[in-house]
Amino acid sequence: MSVLDEGGAIAAADVDAAGGVGESPPRPDGRLKVTGEFAFSSDLWADDMVWGATLRSPHPRARLVSVDVGPALAVPGVLAVLTHEDVPGSRRYGLEHVDQPVLAFDEVRYQGEPVAVVAADHPEVAARAASLIRVGYEVLPPLVDPEAAVLPDSARVHADRPNLLRHVPIRKGDPEAAAEVVVSGVYDVGMQDQAFLGPESGLAIPAEDGGVDLYVATQWLHVDQLQVSASLGLPPEKVRFTLAGVGGAFGGREDLSMQIHACLLALRTGRPVKMVYGREESFFGHVHRHPARMWYEHGADKNGRLVYVKARILLDGGAYASSSGAVATNAATLGIGPYNVPNVVMDSKVVYTNNPPCGAMRGFGAVQACFGYESQMDKLAEAVGIGPVEIRVRNAMEEGDRMPTGQVVEGPTPVAELLRLVEGKSPAPAKPDFLPGGTANTTRGEGVVRGVGYGIGIKNVGFSGGLDDFSTARVRLELIGGRPSVLVRTAAAEVGQGLVTVLAQIARTELGVAQVTIAPADTGIGSAGSTSASRQTYMTGGATKAACEAVREKLLARLDGPGLRLVGERVLDAGGEAVASLVELLADGAVEATVEWRHRPTSPLDPETGQGDAHVQYAFAAHRATVDVDVELGLVRVVEIVTAQDVGKAINPKAVEGQIHGGTAQGLGLALLEEIQVRDGLVRNPSFTDYLLPTIMDMPPMRLDVLELAAPHSPYGLRGVGEPPNISSVPAIVAAIRAATGIALTRVPVRPEHLTVERP
Amino acid sequence: MQFLSPATWAEALAVKADLPDATPIAGGTDVMVELNFRRHRPPALLDLTRVPGLASWSLEGGRIRVGAGLPYSRIMDELGGRLPGLAMASRTVGSPQIRNRGTLGGNLGSASPAGDGHPPLLAGGAEVELASVRGVRTVPVAEFFTGPKRSVMAVDELIAAVLVAPAEGPEQFAKVGTRNAMVIAVGSFALALHPSRQAVGTGVGSAGPTPLRAPEAEEFAAAHLPWESRAALDPETARRFGELVSAAASPIDDVRGSAAYRRHALAVLARRTLTWAWSELCG
Repeated sequence: MSVLDEGGAIAAADVDAAGGVGESPPRPDGRLKVTGEFAFSSDLWADDMVWGATLRSPHPRARLVSVDVGPALAVPGVLAVLTHEDVPGSRRYGLEHVDQPVLAFDEVRYQGEPVAVVAADHPEVAARAASLIRVGYEVLPPLVDPEAAVLPDSARVHADRPNLLRHVPIRKGDPEAAAEVVVSGVYDVGMQDQAFLGPESGLAIPAEDGGVDLYVATQWLHVDQLQVSASLGLPPEKVRFTLAGVGGAFGGREDLSMQIHACLLALRTGRPVKMVYGREESFFGHVHRHPARMWYEHGADKNGRLVYVKARILLDGGAYASSSGAVATNAATLGIGPYNVPNVVMDSKVVYTNNPPCGAMRGFGAVQACFGYESQMDKLAEAVGIGPVEIRVRNAMEEGDRMPTGQVVEGPTPVAELLRLVEGKSPAPAKPDFLPGGTANTTRGEGVVRGVGYGIGIKNVGFSGGLDDFSTARVRLELIGGRPSVLVRTAAAEVGQGLVTVLAQIARTELGVAQVTIAPADTGIGSAGSTSASRQTYMTGGATKAACEAVREKLLARLDGPGLRLVGERVLDAGGEAVASLVELLADGAVEATVEWRHRPTSPLDPETGQGDAHVQYAFAAHRATVDVDVELGLVRVVEIVTAQDVGKAINPKAVEGQIHGGTAQGLGLALLEEIQVRDGLVRNPSFTDYLLPTIMDMPPMRLDVLELAAPHSPYGLRGVGEPPNISSVPAIVAAIRAATGIALTRVPVRPEHLTVERP
Repeated sequence: MQFLSPATWAEALAVKADLPDATPIAGGTDVMVELNFRRHRPPALLDLTRVPGLASWSLEGGRIRVGAGLPYSRIMDELGGRLPGLAMASRTVGSPQIRNRGTLGGNLGSASPAGDGHPPLLAGGAEVELASVRGVRTVPVAEFFTGPKRSVMAVDELIAAVLVAPAEGPEQFAKVGTRNAMVIAVGSFALALHPSRQAVGTGVGSAGPTPLRAPEAEEFAAAHLPWESRAALDPETARRFGELVSAAASPIDDVRGSAAYRRHALAVLARRTLTWAWSELCG
């Protein structure tokens, strides 16, 4: 009889160790990061290390005729120059399709594709040598228009496969349904970059057993390990990964960047090899958010109740698949928003082109779709003659409603409540702290018009579609220096979101022990899955909680009695009498448990109807944005953002607030600033000079409502937090600009031109 | 790469004469970006931060002599009263850290059409003092720039200072960028009113191959502003002034903005700044 069965998960953990679940203990990496002392992956060092550099294709599409590494090898200080011929194992890798060359062979398919790598005794020498490699390219016209690429008779990006990477149809109800009020629109989303501040970097150290140890900033150690070992031609256990300090991720580290290259060079030279991308190289070194074109038609009755939604979404996957299929699936399944719609015809497609490869980024397909469906809801409100909140509330999904996939939405579904919360907040200050244009002295109020807009979004949490999604945690409870101490070991990547803080909180709450240490994440323990999909607190938090429960059970089994409970650092019997102290119990030695923990299984979608219980959990957030627009200059200042989000349970309220602020800022970036501009397959702005991120002058004050409506099935009733704020902030800001200007904005980012000289 | 750090101005000039390919560096806010992006790999860097007096300003024969090494933050703090237009432009440069490091001389040396310091110098009729072992010469700012990132400087010359008369009337500077701070100008405009001469100075940034003046706009405003009556500005005068400023520009489409937007924004900025300056003059 376990404690868990008697007291319930939370009651059994009823202890008073400070810094437990629901509190906001300081993060262990916080002070170090603020003071600049935190060691990021780019700070790694080995005494005898050498430096790697990458030669990349300047062309978006070209046949690779010849590669002459001779001039690079001749440079003093160069130890190795490798091409695809030096890849001992799989010459390709990839998350969904093994389609991306480790180093290009036969053809290059996007600007920046790696062609060769160099190791040298100095980073400058390595870079110079790389530039001396003579590559013969036969330049080909790039295929850059997704609408052309999706046509059946289009030229192919990959000779051995069609351009259409994935088509996700969803059919619900009557495809011919008609309605009194019909609004339609075409919407575009530009290519956003994750723009994490710590560029791709790592250190590969050759090992005596012929394997290699890689210290690297990544999001999922084990999926890296599988891909890297396959390309190195080594068994996975000889390619050991340890997480190095990660400077942000946002999906951009799900795919490999320098991992295989550094290992190849280390194994070839027998020396530790460090690779660090610069900012410009980083823009070519990871996937981006898929640009999207979306056609929507919404039909409603005269009161604005939705009758049908027909939508087509076309995502530009770029040259390689990455996680494009899953992104297209998310766009499809979440593509009509948190609304109750009886009839749905949705077709989401993603295609190969010779544009930069696109893959995971915070929001993962839901961001693009939300801009489309929320723009439509505003249009519908206008057509029906009701307010933007009212139209949403009238159609808001509720608990027990069905998604277009047929999946029942379980647990609290506070769509209408979140909307009413942001609507009900007092207006933003009439006098803002400064006007559009900021410090640049562009207006003293001339041309400035205020607008308010709303948005709500939906996001799935965790891996979907029948994937075996699990995380592994090992918890060890022992006496150290006579005091009970907990060691939590997982392979989960802390990428800045605060997971290590949360895992320690869970261990404190479950075991009542203040002293908790989180071991470095490495592949010496089973997979934790990716730090993606807003899933780590749910999954690795869940695994840690389960491992703590197993430890507790083993510990109490050392005493033979019914109804024993661990409270504080004492064991109480059924009558509440203390029968032993934790210190006494641990005198017999450490207690350890390893748990592989899974969420409830999901199922894949039917390939023709898109029906299926594909998602684990849904999460919702609503935003209200207030903007001032200088309508003559097209400059925007977001004055204030109000948001409400249901997080089920705030394990760490301060960290939740941080996620909401950060996600909203990233949405503001997409709404107003952030776009990788690509023309003819060439990136025009690979620097922070011209890829503009929001500054403190762009991000306004926020007011937050965080709801804690316990979700069924998840640990502590939590819902994933990281992505929802990134989703609905985008349409809310654009709606506010529309309200101020009356311009039908159909593309993000909104540029000053769109508000002035290029008004549609 | 050599790093040369002369202790005197004479020594700096001698080094530049010996090594004409040496790139002068003061704050490094432009030069280091060029180096880091590998756009430029000079054989030598000529560090000017140790040269005494370069980072100072003084009054000289009724004009202000702004040392080439004076950072923007000091222009803002110390010259806001005498050179308000230049101080306003300085406030829009980069971030506080960049304004602490970046210098007016560096801005001229880079000769970018987008340099924030250039329009107010054009509007104020400033001169650039260039020095070499051969001697010293002054060049009107309007003649200094010859193309994108090109100027009249000879290979052995260094920028010593900028000479500019203190403002005798209202000055304005405004710039548009896509972001509310830390942004390179998509277009910028500087204005100076010279009531004693009944003249108007202009400077336009990021809207042509070089920073430029708008002479027709200047003449129009000089002729149409009610200097004697100090009457309120006719909105039509402001509007026409904006049009003429816009017409003087020859912007391009680039990653930061379209030519059409630049022309449009310049007209708005010129109209607004003239309105503000005139109402300031008339109290």
